Amino acid sequence: MALLDVCGISDWVKEDGFNAERASVDKVNHFNFAAQTPELAVPVGVDPAEFLRPLVDSEEGVDGVTINLEHGTTTLAFKFQHGVMVAVDSRASAGSYVSTQMFKKVIEINPFLLETMSGSAADCVYWERVLAKECRIYKLRNKERISVSAASKLLANMVVNYRGMGLSMGTMICGWDKKGPGLYYVDDNGLGLCGNMFSTGSGNTYAYGVMDSGYRYDLSVPEAYDLAQRAIFHATHRDAYSGGTVNMYHMRETGWIKVSQEDVGDLYHRFSNEKK
Amino acid sequence: MAARYDRAITVFSPDGHLFQVEYAQEAVKKGSTAVGIRGKDIVVLGVEKKSVAKLQEERTVRKICALDDHVCMAFAGLTADARIVINRARVECQSHRLTVEDPVTVEYITRHIATLKQRYTQSNGRRPFGISALIVGFDCDGTPRLYQTDPSGTYHAWKANAIGRSAKTVREFLEKNYTEESIATDNESIKLAIKALLEVVQSGGKNIELAVIRRNQSLKLLESKEIETLVTEIEKEKEEEAEKKKQKKST
Repeated sequence: MALLDVCGISDWVKEDGFNAERASVDKVNHFNFAAQTPELAVPVGVDPAEFLRPLVDSEEGVDGVTINLEHGTTTLAFKFQHGVMVAVDSRASAGSYVSTQMFKKVIEINPFLLETMSGSAADCVYWERVLAKECRIYKLRNKERISVSAASKLLANMVVNYRGMGLSMGTMICGWDKKGPGLYYVDDNGLGLCGNMFSTGSGNTYAYGVMDSGYRYDLSVPEAYDLAQRAIFHATHRDAYSGGTVNMYHMRETGWIKVSQEDVGDLYHRFSNEKK
Repeated sequence: MAARYDRAITVFSPDGHLFQVEYAQEAVKKGSTAVGIRGKDIVVLGVEKKSVAKLQEERTVRKICALDDHVCMAFAGLTADARIVINRARVECQSHRLTVEDPVTVEYITRHIATLKQRYTQSNGRRPFGISALIVGFDCDGTPRLYQTDPSGTYHAWKANAIGRSAKTVREFLEKNYTEESIATDNESIKLAIKALLEVVQSGGKNIELAVIRRNQSLKLLESKEIETLVTEIEKEKEEEAEKKKQKKST
């Protein structure tokens, strides 16, 4: 292009590299149902995957600097006979600094679809809002709500284009559609799994321990509420990067309800009083 | 060089017509007739088979094509254009299955085809598709559907419709004869489609091609023997009707 030559950009834009011509146009189309290639929101002239690999993959990094992408949180969801339980903590941390204890880690896409966040807060918030936009467009175009499997597929397909470029996102998509209750796990590698129980984040091992020991498919509703709350609480108790409050949602056939929002400090006292 | 192909072929006339689109609709009217019937548990597509040359293999040109297991379409107009549209529709059906993990609804694929056709009425250097399509099938929830698209890119749902040569005659026949009784059973719906085609097709059952989709089953093309049997049934019924009328008059 003539303008690129005049500006001297063609000196440092790699011609055979990363979609040089495409990247110079600031047009971002995140997803299309028909199989057309989406354009990626990446800066001109730099291949993000190449840039990031030495920083993340190698021991010494670049000039001794490494970037470690951690998912600092605890979220969980499980299916049982009365629907899907979703419980999350609410701490956002930047390294060892606690940015906030009141972060909303569940995004409510529509009355029948919820999404949890873990990993980089910025990545989660952005991509899940893009997914919410696609779900709303789907409903307008097709006059019926998107299915849970389709929503999870859309998100997985969106992020797989950015594989290796430093996205950090672990999310669970929970909903109730024509096929019944749905629970899917999607992460930044583009992995999409269907399952009955998931927990993500740095505190997930603690949550799995509590959930696995108390889980049965035929839990009653109060038992399920108690199990979900306990699992998150115990994770916040031991994991430094989880804490704040336990936000709990219940996905039923008639839509989701927010069950409770309790501070982990209060939960600690309640549980320790039970033991006496 | 590029400037020559930048001019749009489809432009507005002073009185608001898109002449290329209207000419495309004329091309459709030259094509062989196709009729579609939406029954209760069955959807039927019937087309007039053009007689082939002596040396030509009969099976190569099929006017009824499956787009997916539960959707099929018949067209009237330029066969070559239809091939392109059918190809794109088939890819879209699979794309939809891959992304949404559900089969397309008949309305969705119709909308996709109609959007494709509309794009070609508003692009530089391209002419509109010269086909009208009848798209039939069942949705996931078991509802039968029949849609018709035309070269302008509009689509409508129908209970029964005809496209191509003499479509008006066939449609008038259907308007008179499409009743709750006439679609009460699968067999009756098929016979209604044959009766509608017999209005305009010369030399009877040999020149009719018929396909049906039943709920939860895939497309089935009827063999010429079955069509012949049904045609004979229809002719017998006609004779019986004529006899009854004669008797009524005489008594």
